[in-house]
Amino acid sequence: MTFLIETAMTFSAVPDEDEFDDAGGTLLAVLGHMIPASAEFGLPGADDPAVYREILRSTGRDRPFLAEALGMIDAMAGGSLGSLPHDRQTALLANFRVAEPELTAILEAVTTRCYYRDDRVMTAIGIEVRAPFPIGYEVEEGDWSLLDPVRSRGRIWR
Amino acid sequence: MEAYALTMNERVDVLIIGAGASGAAVAWSLAETKMRILCLEQGDWQKSSAFPSTGRDWEARLSEDFSISPNRRGLAADYPVNDADSPIKIANFNGVGGGTVLYAGHYPRLHPSDFKVRSLDGIADDWPIDYNTLEPFYGLNDRIMGISSLEGDPAYPFKEAVMPPIPLGRTGQTLGKAMNKLGWHWWPSDAAILTQEYEGRAPCINLGQCGSGCAQGAKGSTDVTYWPEAIRARIELRTRCRVSRIETNDDGMATGAYYFDADGREVFQPAEIVIIACNGIGTPRLLLNSTSARFPTGLANSSGLVGKNLMLHPYAQIRGHFDEPMDAHRGPPICTWSHEFYETDTARGFLRGYCYQFSRGMGPVRTAMNGMIDGLIPWGEGHHDAFHRMFGHSAGMVSVCEDLPEEINTVTLDADLKDGNGIPAPKITYRIGENTQKMLDHSVARGIEILEAAGARDITTRSPLAYAGWHLMGTARMGTDPKRSVVNEWGRSHDVKNLFIVDGSVFVTSGGVNPTSTIQAVALYVADQIKSRLYDLFD
Repeated sequence: MTFLIETAMTFSAVPDEDEFDDAGGTLLAVLGHMIPASAEFGLPGADDPAVYREILRSTGRDRPFLAEALGMIDAMAGGSLGSLPHDRQTALLANFRVAEPELTAILEAVTTRCYYRDDRVMTAIGIEVRAPFPIGYEVEEGDWSLLDPVRSRGRIWR
Repeated sequence: MEAYALTMNERVDVLIIGAGASGAAVAWSLAETKMRILCLEQGDWQKSSAFPSTGRDWEARLSEDFSISPNRRGLAADYPVNDADSPIKIANFNGVGGGTVLYAGHYPRLHPSDFKVRSLDGIADDWPIDYNTLEPFYGLNDRIMGISSLEGDPAYPFKEAVMPPIPLGRTGQTLGKAMNKLGWHWWPSDAAILTQEYEGRAPCINLGQCGSGCAQGAKGSTDVTYWPEAIRARIELRTRCRVSRIETNDDGMATGAYYFDADGREVFQPAEIVIIACNGIGTPRLLLNSTSARFPTGLANSSGLVGKNLMLHPYAQIRGHFDEPMDAHRGPPICTWSHEFYETDTARGFLRGYCYQFSRGMGPVRTAMNGMIDGLIPWGEGHHDAFHRMFGHSAGMVSVCEDLPEEINTVTLDADLKDGNGIPAPKITYRIGENTQKMLDHSVARGIEILEAAGARDITTRSPLAYAGWHLMGTARMGTDPKRSVVNEWGRSHDVKNLFIVDGSVFVTSGGVNPTSTIQAVALYVADQIKSRLYDLFD
């Protein structure tokens, strides 16, 4: 998280609304490795078509960093990540994550921001499929008598 | 080629620069004088319907237009900050309400000891005013902002509660029990968050997104507290107007300020009194950009201290995970505080101290992102299982460490970087002092003890927290000695007798708590001084 901000310390313009160009399918392949579908939890993968489409149109200010990350992955693959067998893709991405933790954080950010707002995912993880406002949430008041020992200790200020 | 034409406005009695926490408070207070008062603000009013909590993509929007980093946002209202030479990056918000639009509403006061650190602990300098001086203004400010709290906190002199505190929730109770087990102080936070209907504003509904604008209007940001009242009292607030420099005359008095309006036209605004409220980065930037033959090193800078002694409050973050469910992303993020380690105890190896802010959990996106960064949530097959064990099960704290004033920590003007109007941008040069580093380390160790006492697993720490440069203080300090301070004990520049500063830059020391409450109390105090001295204000 910290890195996401540190990498954005150059004064950047607001991005345009065009979809991110993943013509080579490298991002799609990465998504499948990062968050695969799970029958056990009833969850789609991050490479699900609807999630993927949302990611492509939501890269925002991270777009140049995302392009840099994917370009580096393709370079490590000798051309295209998708051209490698699945197990070699897994190994390559493991190496990439060790070598490039900051760019890895960008990949994780652009993925999770969209994946965890998908209706199916929100339902499966137990949160209501809605924005926080205007309904809000309940938070229990709590037991105020827990403060009795703090009170009984008396003043601590100088 | 079009001829350059400078527009000149009608003179006002008081020109306030900046409509944030302090600008709003000083404007509201001076309204009763019936003087002609104008505030210039470089940003605009915020639409609550645009705040992230109104959308399903609320977590994504936190890192776009509502990012706390001006460099990340890069909006027209923002100016860039070169903070490459600082381990702590600058956070702010530019618009009506300023930083209060995005702050968490955590609202502690300074302690009485904070005003006397030289007398009590032999370090830094005493303030020229004390807690008792500000106490009535703290109370007044609490009522205008709408502060919820629980009376009787043993860490403070008595404070009257305006309304009941925010809920403890599962987080506050779990961590409170751990603090009781350790015998350490904790208390529900004073919060600028309404827990009941108040002055036409609705109470908190636990949106959990205080840090990105409150769509409910329950959080006390000055665009919904001071400003509506000030505007009803006929204060003029002119938005999208960025001040570039303050002008002076041969008598060394401020005559007004130049600004760029929304269309990029340069305008001169004459004024009898100029009040700067741009906080710890914006204020020294403006003074340093206001050089002239009379003031070659910057306005009000005969002491050479404009831009020096920058204090940022280094934070450490300590978080853990619990088997039982916590509050997740629901409710005001900060619920309780501890001042156990606030006052000096030399046995700890450092002077002064810190407070903890205990915080609830995170939404699913931040849970997943942090979990992957911390190595607790893997890529691939184990992702979902690990996520389920973490989401809704986390709680923790940050420590807010007192930063001592050191002249090597500075705001200067960047030689190359400029904002959208061509005005030189600020450059931050900052390093964490030895005393503060020991404090950070102490807070991490004690924080782990607290989480272990609470039964947490998978504890993570970050120190210092880089993305936390919210508290901007000390760069135009207050004092009685013109050689050692920029403004006097009631906020007037030593050098320019109709120029006042009312924001965090006048802080002599930082304390170990969030500064907004004190910034606003100081602004109300300075306004009160102006009102009471109106007939000999420039003597």
